[in-house]
Amino acid sequence: MSRVDPQRRKLLGALGVAAGAPLLAAADPAGVVNDSLSTLLQAHYQRMTSEEIMEAIARIERRALRDYGVAIHCRNTPPIPGVSFAMAIDLSKCKGLRHCVAACSAENNNNRDQTTEYIRVLALPRHTLDLERADHYYTTSDPDHRHLPVQCQQCDNPPCVQACPVQATWKEPDGMVVIDYDWCIGCRYCATACPYWARRFNWRKPCLAGEQIHPDTHYLGNRPRPAGVMEKCTFCIQRTRLGQLPACQEACPTGARIFGNLLDPDGELRHILANKSVFRLKEALGTEPRLWYFTSV
Amino acid sequence: MRIFAGSRVHLLWQLLLIALIGMGLHAYAIQYERGLAVSGMSDQISWGLYIANFTFLVGLAASAVVLVLPAMLGQSALARLIPLGEAMAIAAVTMSLLFVTADLGQPLRVWHALPLLGTPNFPASILAWDVFIITAYLLLNLGLFYRFFRHPAHPTPRLALLTAILLGIGIHTVTAFMLAGLPARSFWHSAALAPRFIASAFASGSAVLLAVLFLLEKTMGRPLHREAMPLLSGILAVSLWMDLFLLGSELFVRFYPLASHGHFAVAPTPWAAMAVEGLAALVMTVPGLRRRPVWLLGACLAAFGAVMIEKGLGLVVTGFQPTPLGEHVDYAPTWVEIHVSLGIWGFGLLLFTWLVRMALAAWDRFSQPFATKDSP
Repeated sequence: MSRVDPQRRKLLGALGVAAGAPLLAAADPAGVVNDSLSTLLQAHYQRMTSEEIMEAIARIERRALRDYGVAIHCRNTPPIPGVSFAMAIDLSKCKGLRHCVAACSAENNNNRDQTTEYIRVLALPRHTLDLERADHYYTTSDPDHRHLPVQCQQCDNPPCVQACPVQATWKEPDGMVVIDYDWCIGCRYCATACPYWARRFNWRKPCLAGEQIHPDTHYLGNRPRPAGVMEKCTFCIQRTRLGQLPACQEACPTGARIFGNLLDPDGELRHILANKSVFRLKEALGTEPRLWYFTSV
Repeated sequence: MRIFAGSRVHLLWQLLLIALIGMGLHAYAIQYERGLAVSGMSDQISWGLYIANFTFLVGLAASAVVLVLPAMLGQSALARLIPLGEAMAIAAVTMSLLFVTADLGQPLRVWHALPLLGTPNFPASILAWDVFIITAYLLLNLGLFYRFFRHPAHPTPRLALLTAILLGIGIHTVTAFMLAGLPARSFWHSAALAPRFIASAFASGSAVLLAVLFLLEKTMGRPLHREAMPLLSGILAVSLWMDLFLLGSELFVRFYPLASHGHFAVAPTPWAAMAVEGLAALVMTVPGLRRRPVWLLGACLAAFGAVMIEKGLGLVVTGFQPTPLGEHVDYAPTWVEIHVSLGIWGFGLLLFTWLVRMALAAWDRFSQPFATKDSP
């Protein structure tokens, strides 16, 4: 896999934007066609050379400027060696306030026009775990219900990756299941294979106003997506690979989410896995999720 | 015997199909411009009319086997009709590929699925298998049909026939596995799905062939079907009963357990399709009924329609209900999906019409038993 040295990329990326901006100001149609063709003909992310990835990033940044009038910064931060990300959710703390959902959509440049949120919070009557009895569209948080936030479980044995006919989705060494938005053909077989209903399709070009664009992006994460491709939660790859917390955890007012490095023996995550009664969703399917649920009371 | 020119009915038929294609292209242009948001699909029901047509048509393509297999076992009456089966397979496979393409969010990226150029996820992804085997089946049938057209008197090599049988069963098995291999979707996750697909495919294919033979006799005076009719009728009857039996086994396993509940129980369409299929099976079984042309044609039409619903929307959409998170969402195709689908059907029928007329022309040129009544 070809990875680009972050410093070098940053420099070249900046040069790319500097070179691209005046052309864009003059509304250069040949440049637009050139960019579209280059994107259409570019190779799979994992097959591109460092130079090709940098060119692709420059195109992504030019395109965001054209489409949304925003100068985004698209990183290609590689996984950190010795880090394996996972999350635990304390169901006794989750009150179903859905601050995580809103923060996630804002952070990840999700389409605001339709329900493409990566996180679904289910309101379940306390006596059952039958998902068919869950309310997906509750408006007030009911204390008689338990709330179950569901998002991509970043499975170690992901059915979506197995299903994809073109290897456009794969598992990164630090645990995240990611998508090459420029390689996905939009067949939606991965979404059909996912037992957690974690994948979302761009049925149309995302509807975002310029001021809604979050400019700090990652190639495999929250960069603006084209129409007709899949997207999903990536544990906020653009943040977590820089050592920050995912947006959902940062937004949670009750502290129900614990994100961390599974390989850190002293981390809170390992403490929870060792000392709480944890469970995972649909464990019988053998998907090996990286999202654990537990109750602290 | 000419392919494009002919009677007024033939010309009008071609015009109608070309009009359908135009309508489909117009609708597809709108879909391409605005994205699949113009469809009735959603993140909850992410496959609809296109994939429903795909699964059905792969079955229709596979069902050329109902001619090839008996032919290999020495049934010469069906052996002579193999080019008709190939024509049906070519048209159906082409349509199924068009339906998959119409369903893609990024159709210009299809080359990503090709070996060498792209990165086919082989052997992990069943969809990658499907692309390979369907393409191979199309190429084989094109080759065999071309060979027949040039040299109608030469019998097809037995090795080619055997390959056609294996690939025919293969394309539909792989398509069934594409759905059955997903534990996330309990409605499809059944070992009976592939056998059901094969049984219902044979039913739909023999129904089409019977109807085509009947029409060729009535409209063009070609007594092609005298010996083939009883055999094909038998195949249709047995296939229908086999499909109903497999469907019944599936229903037993789903509904006998006391705790069972499911969306299938309340969806009226699959039940209606099953009832229609049962009626068709009855007509094809009672000799006094199936020998009457009107009843026979009616049974063919019923079998075709029932299989199309059972294996199409009835299977595909029901599989998405409920979602893995227990949500029930409805789906209805939009006019764009309907027009695109009609356009693809128009193209497939036009292709089929031309191929059948090519076969008739080849028979006229070379082999006496298939010539028209008034030819020397």
